[in-house]
Parts: sequence; C-alpha cells; structure tokens
Amino acid sequence: MSKKNVIFKLGLVAMLLVSLVIFLAMNSNEEFIVEDNPHGMREEIVNLNSRCPPGFKLNDLNQCKAQNLYMQYDSPNGMGVGGLQTGLPEIRDGFTPQEIDLGRYLFFDPVLSGNGDMSCGSCHDPALGFSDGQATSIGNDSLKLKRGAPSLWNVAFLKKLFWDGRAATLEEQMQGPLFSHEEMNNTPDKLLTTLNGIKEYKRLFLQAFPAKEETENIELPEVYQSLAAFQASLISLNSKYDRYAHGFHDALNQKEKEGMNVFRSFVARCAECHTPPLFTNQQFAIIGTPEPNGLPLDPGAEVPQKDKTLRGAFKIPSLRNIEKTAPYMHSGNFKTLRETVEFYTKGRGHAVPEGENLLIHWHIWEPELSGYELDRLVDFLKTLTDETFTPKIPQTVPSGLEPSIKPISI
Amino acid sequence: MKSTLSKIIVAVALLVIGVFVGKSFFSSNASEAVPIPSGLTYRNVGHTADAGKAISPRAFEGQIIEVKNGGSIQEAVESASPGDLIRVYPGTYSENVYIDKSDISLQGVVINGDWPTLDGKKEINDAFLYSGDGILIENFKIVNYKGNAIMGQSGNNFVIRNNWIIDTGVYGIFPQHGKNGLIEHNVLSVIADAAIYVGMCDNVDVLHNEVFDNVAGIEIENSRHCLVENNYTHNNTGGILAFVTPGLPIKTTFDVIIRNNFVVDNNHVNFGAPGSTVAGIPKGTGILIMAADEVIVENNIITGNDNSGITIVDLANGDPKANDPNVEGNPDRLVILDNIMYNNGNETSGELKAIMLTQLDTKGPDIFAFGGGVGSTIRDKNKYRTFGLGDYGAAQISNTKDVVTMMTPEPVAPRFVSKEQLGELTYYGVCAGCHAFGTRLIGVPTEFIQMIHKDNPQGIVDYINAPKNLREDYPEMPPQNYLSEEAKMAVAEYILAYDAGLE
Repeated sequence: MSKKNVIFKLGLVAMLLVSLVIFLAMNSNEEFIVEDNPHGMREEIVNLNSRCPPGFKLNDLNQCKAQNLYMQYDSPNGMGVGGLQTGLPEIRDGFTPQEIDLGRYLFFDPVLSGNGDMSCGSCHDPALGFSDGQATSIGNDSLKLKRGAPSLWNVAFLKKLFWDGRAATLEEQMQGPLFSHEEMNNTPDKLLTTLNGIKEYKRLFLQAFPAKEETENIELPEVYQSLAAFQASLISLNSKYDRYAHGFHDALNQKEKEGMNVFRSFVARCAECHTPPLFTNQQFAIIGTPEPNGLPLDPGAEVPQKDKTLRGAFKIPSLRNIEKTAPYMHSGNFKTLRETVEFYTKGRGHAVPEGENLLIHWHIWEPELSGYELDRLVDFLKTLTDETFTPKIPQTVPSGLEPSIKPISI
Repeated sequence: MKSTLSKIIVAVALLVIGVFVGKSFFSSNASEAVPIPSGLTYRNVGHTADAGKAISPRAFEGQIIEVKNGGSIQEAVESASPGDLIRVYPGTYSENVYIDKSDISLQGVVINGDWPTLDGKKEINDAFLYSGDGILIENFKIVNYKGNAIMGQSGNNFVIRNNWIIDTGVYGIFPQHGKNGLIEHNVLSVIADAAIYVGMCDNVDVLHNEVFDNVAGIEIENSRHCLVENNYTHNNTGGILAFVTPGLPIKTTFDVIIRNNFVVDNNHVNFGAPGSTVAGIPKGTGILIMAADEVIVENNIITGNDNSGITIVDLANGDPKANDPNVEGNPDRLVILDNIMYNNGNETSGELKAIMLTQLDTKGPDIFAFGGGVGSTIRDKNKYRTFGLGDYGAAQISNTKDVVTMMTPEPVAPRFVSKEQLGELTYYGVCAGCHAFGTRLIGVPTEFIQMIHKDNPQGIVDYINAPKNLREDYPEMPPQNYLSEEAKMAVAEYILAYDAGLE
C-alpha cells in the first residue's frame, strides 16, 4: 500500500514537473487550442498545426505517412481486396501537417462558395459521417441536386470519385462542386480573388507552402492540394469489426458474427463487391436501385464513360461508417440500412423502370434472405463504425465568415 | 537422380515417423489411427514434386481437438490455436463453420464408410468459411447448403482435399483471393454454378478431382499460375473453364495448364441462376477458354461433348456484361498440344449452331474459336475438326513436362513486421487518436506515459488492459484489450523508447 502511495506521489510530482517543462517549452507558434469559448471571442489562428493528424507519422521530409494495423498484412496483387487480414489499397498520403491543417480551414470556410454561404462541410458534415443526411444534397440557392453526398471517410484509398466515378483524384473531383453553378457556384478567378483578398489566408498559405515568395499570390493548385490533404487525412480503421479482423474475436457479439457470415457468404454476396478491408472493391456495378419518386433513372457511369453498357452503373461505395450516412444509394431512396439490405433480396432487376434494359450485375440475384438474416446484416454493418479520428471543426475560419458547420461538443 | 532418391528416402522416413507418431498417439483405438495431415509429403512423390513443402513447412506439433457426433465443429475452431488439428468423427453436423485464424487443420475421420457429414438442410449458407492462412480441410461429406461447401476469402497456403460434396448451392469449393493452394481428390456434384471455382487466386493446383452433374465443373477465373490436372469432369454443362470476368478488381487470367484430364460427355442441361456467368454456357461444352491468356491444353481426353470439345471466345462474344476498360477481353497466346478428341459436337446449340449452319454443317467442331485473340498456336491442327483456328500457328513447344506444379516452392510467408514496426503501427494507428507528444488531445501527452511507466512496459500493458483513471481532469480511457498481446507489448516498448527530442 505505502509503496503504491510513494509511486503515486512520485508520479504526481513528475507529472507536475513535466507539465511545467511543457508549459515553458510550449512553442508559441503552435495553434492555440481554445477548449471552450464562453465569451464568444474569436479563436485566433496563430499558426498551422505542425503535427500530423492521428493515423499518420511525421517523417524527416515533413510529410505525414499513414500508419495503421492493416500495414501488418500483405495484399494480393497489391489491390487491397481480400479477407480479414489483408492490406489496404494504396493510400494517397505524404501531405505536410500544414497543408492538412490549412485544408481543414478551407474545408469548413463558406468563403469558398460563390455566394459565401456553403462550405465543403455543408454537404460533408463530420457529424453525419462526412455526408449530409439528405437523400440528395441541397446546392446553391436551395437547389435540390440529383445525387447524395458521398462520405469522405477513407477517401485517400479511393481511385474513383463521384458516384459515377468520373474523377480519379481529389484535386479533379473538388473542382466539380466548387465551380458547378448548382453547387458551390464559384469560379476559379473569383475564388482566387477572394482568397488573395484575405490577409489571414495569405499568411497561412505562406506557412503551408514555404517555397512561396511573400509577394506571391495564392494559386489554385495550392488550394486543391490543401483540400486534398485534409480529406485524405480522414481515416476510419478502428471499428469493432477491425478489432475482430486483427484477431480479437470477442469484439463482435454473436449476432454481429452471424451478420458477418451472411455478409461474406456467397448467398448474400455482399463481400464480393464490398470487399474488406475497405469494404469496396472500387469497381462499377449496375444493381438497379429505384430512384426516389418522380426522378428519372440516373444513367450513372454511362455518361462520363460514354458507354451504354454502363447505364445505371455506380461506383461501389465503401461501407465504413455506413451507419452514419443514411439515407442510402446514389439518390437516397432507402432511409434505413434495413431497407437497403432488403433491396438485394427482392429480386434481380425488380426496380428497373419499364423500357430500360440494364446489364444488372451478376451478383444481384435471388438470395432469399430471411428477415432474421437481414437484421443480422444490419447488426454487422453497424460494427463498421469508427469516428475516433474525427478532426476538429474550426470555431472560426480565416475569412471571418460564420462556419457553416458548428463544432461538435465532445 | 540423387536428389530424387534422397527425396524418396526422406518421404519414406517421414511416412514411417508419421505412422509411428500416429500409432503412439492412438494405439488404444484402431479406429482413430488416421494419419495426421502430413501436408502431402507422402503423396505424388516424383509426380508433382514435393507439394507438401509448399503448404506446411513444419511437422505437426499442435493440440488435437476432437469433435464427436452431437458436438460443434465451430466450438472446436473457437478453442483452437494456430497449429492445432480438429478431428471430426462420423455424425451429422448442421453448422456454418468459420475459421478466422491461421494454421488450423480440420480433418474428418471416416469410420467403416461413415463420414462426418455437414448438412446445411438447405437452410444454412455455407459449411466452411475461412480467412486465415494455412487452412486444411479434408475428409468431409458436405451436403445441402445454399451457398458453398468450402469458401475462402483470402488465406494463402490452403489444402482442400478428399471431400465429398453434393448440392451445396452456388459453389462447391471456392477459394478467393488466396495464393498457393491445393485442391485435390474431391468429388463434387449437383452444384448450380462451379463445383470447383478458383477465383482471383494465384498458384493453385487442382488435381485428381471428380466433378459431375454441375453447371460448371472446374473454373479458373481471374487467376494466374494454375494447374488443372488429372481431373475427371463428366456430365456438367461445361467441363473445365478458364476465363476472365470483367468488373472484378483482379483483371487477368494467364499461365494456366489444363492437362491430363478426362473431359467427357459434359451435356447436362444448364441450371445456372439467371444472370450468372455460367448461365450462358451452352450445354455440351468440354473446355471453355474466354479472354484468358497463355492457357495450355495438353493430353486431355475430350470426348462426347455435344456442343464442342474446346470453345475459345472473347468477352464481347462470350459474356455480354458491362464493359470494363481495364480488362483486355481477347484470349491470347493459347497453346493447344496433343489431346484425344472425338465424338464432340453432336448436338450444337445457340450461337455455334447458327455458325455451323452457315458452314452447311450441323455437327460442332472439336475446337471452336470465335472472336479476337492473337499469338495462339496448336501442335497438330489437322488431327481435329476445327473452326476459327485459321490464324493459329504451329506450337513452339511439344509438352509441359517440366512444369510439375504451379504451387510456390515454399509456403507464402506472412509479411514480416518487426516488434518496433508493430509498436509504431499501433501507436500511430490506434493510440494517436487520443495521445500525442507535446500536446494534450483527449488523453495525456505521451511523455506523461513515458514518465509514469519509465522502464516498465508491462505497466503500460496492464493499463491498456484495465485502465484506472489517475486524473480527474481527463476522461477515463476505455480498455484497449482487443489489441494482441504482441501489439500491446510492442506499443508499450515503442512509447518508452520514443525520443521526443527528435520530433
């Protein structure tokens, strides 16, 4: 007892000492983290974070390199698809901590939109799985768009972006919403003029891109790079499922395990396309889901690929954090996971509009899943939730505008 | 010569040791004297080389767990550790067994012709699902499942042999995303898709199996380096298939040898599910090569297949699916060596029938090629009745006798991760969500942990397993006991060794 006491006291003293040292050594360059903001005062962005977000290690080149437990495993043919202990697909990493942090401010700053009222975060809200809870997103001027906002979790692993897979890089992808009249309604010129008119941003871009001359203007590639850096830092690989996959079999309860076995069985065939460890094989699939009432069939990848055989094809989405991103499918026709999994057992092509001849994917068949099995599938899908690495939403953004997303209080 | 002799001596010695070990273990009961899985050291010596080396590098030293009628195979799997052997005695087991561990052997014990039988009663999806490396499954009778008898999702170095599989739904034996495996001496029938389906795998031998009354007998799909040899495929819709399916993440099939098989009377009516790839196979298809490259067909007996003996087709003609821009859909550089072919094409159907009619012929050919493809050759074209082989040149090889196996010479080793790397992966991949050097996140700064547990990694491990909140100003850490013992110790040592001054 007394021994423990001594240790405890020593530890306490040591901790006090350390805190003192840290306090003294605290680099005034670091971002000043305001824990709460009782007086409504603006958070001062002193400097960009020089640390990598969780899931990344800083290397000697000031780059954040991904680190996760899946790096223990090989991946067959380097594709990042397989079973429980399979390596992930190649990740887009190597951004600097400053780029990532600048991207975080940009991401939540409505100044990026033409009207100054939408940020990336408006449709990719951390509280909603980096989606927006809408069947289809709301764009500029309250316009109802045609597709739902995909989650951004683990987007660094994806080789196809947008539901119809028309972009191969985040840089290419973001120009879609930024400069679409229906979405953020900005133009490249206007965006640059705006950003270059904000002293805070000029200063922060200099920090993120130290090779720049002080007199140089902010350039579009720097904006893209920063936003890509932030989005690529959104890693979710520590779910209950992952604990099971790494060998802790008590991480899932009996019902969840049953659900996992339905998921990977060749009756339901979920895992054939939503293949672990990312829960997507990153291919296109035509599954013939219904559009919400009144909407015509979305031709999907047929348009960008200019290929009629891909009519109605969409990118197979990852299922990580799927619990958080209702409603489901490209136009949000299904409100719940239960409705979504039920779609797959209602008959091959049952919802294809008359007159359409879609080349429905061969894995869509008549698995005759029972209600019990559908419930278990939902149980399993909920084990793919992990938001432990959710980044902080800035309380204030460099433009001084009201952030369109409020910070979550943890 | 010498090495062959020494191999035989080693093999005999191993066999003797195996028998001795087996006897000393089970001398009390003759019915239990089934040899421990040897990883094939005694089989195919001199024929397929020493295939066992490729599967299991070491002698058996695990525990033996017995399952008797009325017991649960899954419970045995849950109690098993890597290296263990689960022996299942005759009886009926209606279970879905899933093996998410490595190096587990499951061995049925057949006594007086009574098999341990997994019966899915047409209610259960799969008999065996596995994801681990080094899985062996042998001597089971598996009937009436809805999905598969044996399905692997990843898992290298697998052995699936001596199983008797009837009507297990979509597939019989289906390893997927695996490297280095052996499927042999299985008997499979009444499967609605492929009886043996090697999907997105590498280095797999499929030997000595009998497959009949299925839609597809043996299917090599989006897989490379496969040997299909000495199989008896009869009365399927299609006997042996090597092809590429578009829209899968692994895009190629090449380096496949189809050799010394009986491919006879594959005339079963097609009962494949609508929309499935095999649903489009015309009955009477002996061997089908679709979009696969570098397939060698040698020394097979291909007779009595009513559509054609060998069908070679590109994706555009063979499998109208959504296009995949990353798939090259032509069968290229095929080699057809000597085969015995007669009595094929007696009752053509579908596209082939229409094409043959344009030739004023009602009988289908022994070899039918249609669509694109370059660089293919044939050894003695004049021997066979052929269609579409006009641009096939003379084969540059006469046999493949130097290829004794497609399996890897050694088992595929798991990725090597040092203790330090594991510690680092765990620290940044898990702990960094709440801890960092030099700053407070959710938990204490990492240097606090260093101070508290200086020179005492076990202290950190204990805390990880059962945190006791030391500080009122921090939330209590949830236990991180799900981490493996190795990861916990590795991360503890990593944290203590970390020099923050380097940051």
